[in-house]
Amino acid sequence: MSVLVYIESADGAVKKSSLEAVSYGVQVAKAQGQEAHGVFIGNAPAEGLAGLGKYGLSKVFHVNNAELATANIQAYASALKEVVAKAGANTVVFSKSSLTDPVAARLSIKLGASIVTNVTDLPAGNSFKRSIFTGKAFAQVEVSGAQKIVVIRKNASEVIETGGTAAVETVSVSVNSADLAVVQKEVQKATGQVLLPEAEIVVSGGRGLKGPENWGIIEDLAKTLGAATGCSKPVSDADWRPHHEHVGQTGVKVSPNLYIAVGISGAIQHLAGVNSSKCIVVINKDPEAPFFKAADYGIVGDAFEVLPKLNEAFKKVL
Amino acid sequence: MKILVCISHVPDTTSKISFIDNNTKFNVDGITFVIGPYDEYALSKAVDIKEANGGTPQITVLNVGGPETDPTLRKALAIGADDAVRVNAFPKDPLFVAQQIAAYAKDKSFDLILMGRESIDYNGGIVHSLVGELLGLPSVSPIMKLDLAGNKATVAREIEGGKEVLELSLPFVAGCQEPIAEWKIPNMRGIMSSKSKPLQVLEPAASSENTTYKSFELPPAKSGVKLIDAANVEELVNLLKNQAKVI
Repeated sequence: MSVLVYIESADGAVKKSSLEAVSYGVQVAKAQGQEAHGVFIGNAPAEGLAGLGKYGLSKVFHVNNAELATANIQAYASALKEVVAKAGANTVVFSKSSLTDPVAARLSIKLGASIVTNVTDLPAGNSFKRSIFTGKAFAQVEVSGAQKIVVIRKNASEVIETGGTAAVETVSVSVNSADLAVVQKEVQKATGQVLLPEAEIVVSGGRGLKGPENWGIIEDLAKTLGAATGCSKPVSDADWRPHHEHVGQTGVKVSPNLYIAVGISGAIQHLAGVNSSKCIVVINKDPEAPFFKAADYGIVGDAFEVLPKLNEAFKKVL
Repeated sequence: MKILVCISHVPDTTSKISFIDNNTKFNVDGITFVIGPYDEYALSKAVDIKEANGGTPQITVLNVGGPETDPTLRKALAIGADDAVRVNAFPKDPLFVAQQIAAYAKDKSFDLILMGRESIDYNGGIVHSLVGELLGLPSVSPIMKLDLAGNKATVAREIEGGKEVLELSLPFVAGCQEPIAEWKIPNMRGIMSSKSKPLQVLEPAASSENTTYKSFELPPAKSGVKLIDAANVEELVNLLKNQAKVI
């Protein structure tokens, strides 16, 4: 038996969240006295896959069917079913993304495996801690069954380098045409930006910025910090910013090391999306803004004065 | 045309969450329950489709839950569903809920099965995908746009940093989110008619759920904010670098 970790790439490189999943899988495998293997579907990242051995994988299965070069939820789930059988895996680990949640779910039905999503910590035996009520609470879930599928959230594990090289085994799977019924026509995606769910630092703006024309100070600070930009719900509702930047209960949930909220009052729905951030900084001219109660550091002041100064101060030390 | 909309009965988004019985049970005391906000987008989209097609599409709304969830189903009827089904069981995990939905839908030839991208209580975010796989249908989620042309659909699915446009044929399962449709405010006629529309109660089908919730906990409380003078932003940078160590 083994642990199998699904690896995703973005812009031609293995995603950091996938490295977290690898480290998570390696630790689970170790606790069970097993090997950890990886699986990658599609065009391999430029750096290749053998380097994943550095994180403790002994083998990486590379599914390279031409039909699977573009992500396809049903076809990827079917492909993974084959690889799970080949690898003899009893645990499959994914890191949460717009692709992995549905793929993991469909795979669980195909395998008759149990599935647990939004996992935030390493397991204690068969007990997994997961985030519930949109980050307002956690639950311990006991998972039964011979095979388990675990979808982890960002920061469920650190990335741990163990040293080593992975054997890469190229696999061609059988692709059923019925699995290709959903056809991707177009991808509209911001390029050259740090993606919000992956970001280590997020700078978010709210209605306090008064209008979309003022977002330059948010973007400047984000650029200095290598951060992603986010916003509150009223801001995306008003179309000041695109929907995929909306952070909160009904938007993106983030868990960066540093979340800087500018001109956001801190409605409970917004807090739900950010409260697993390691450190929260709130900048607001209203000292009564509820967000200060959830913050680690705060500045009461006018964003238009504070942000440019803060940007210069960061530039001096970074 | 027949549309199934699956809804969850969840605490409203302003709820303060707490637990009782030695942290083994969610405390419903003082909680206002609503249709899951994402599910309400799905329902609103179904109502838009019905209106755009001369009122012929039939909308069935389904919830897995006890009798206390009937008012949530009645609200969905007031918004515009034609009939309601309640599977009389506690929605214990995503697989259980998906199996109930699939068992109900499998021989009813729904053209569309819509629901929210996730419930805002347990946030599994996978019921649509599980239902799709159980029924052998495609599933797409989270979608922000759904256009129908005969048997074909074009959807926009949110991905990291943007969206992808997908084409597929009916029937399929979709998890919805804003801005797929505007929420509908029930009018007086809707509210009056919701009381007489059919609400069928079914006992649960066979299931094979395999996760059990053992206990709950709240995140550790913040120790309190450290305020820094607006004239001294260097101090904040220093603290983030040397105390919090996050830059």
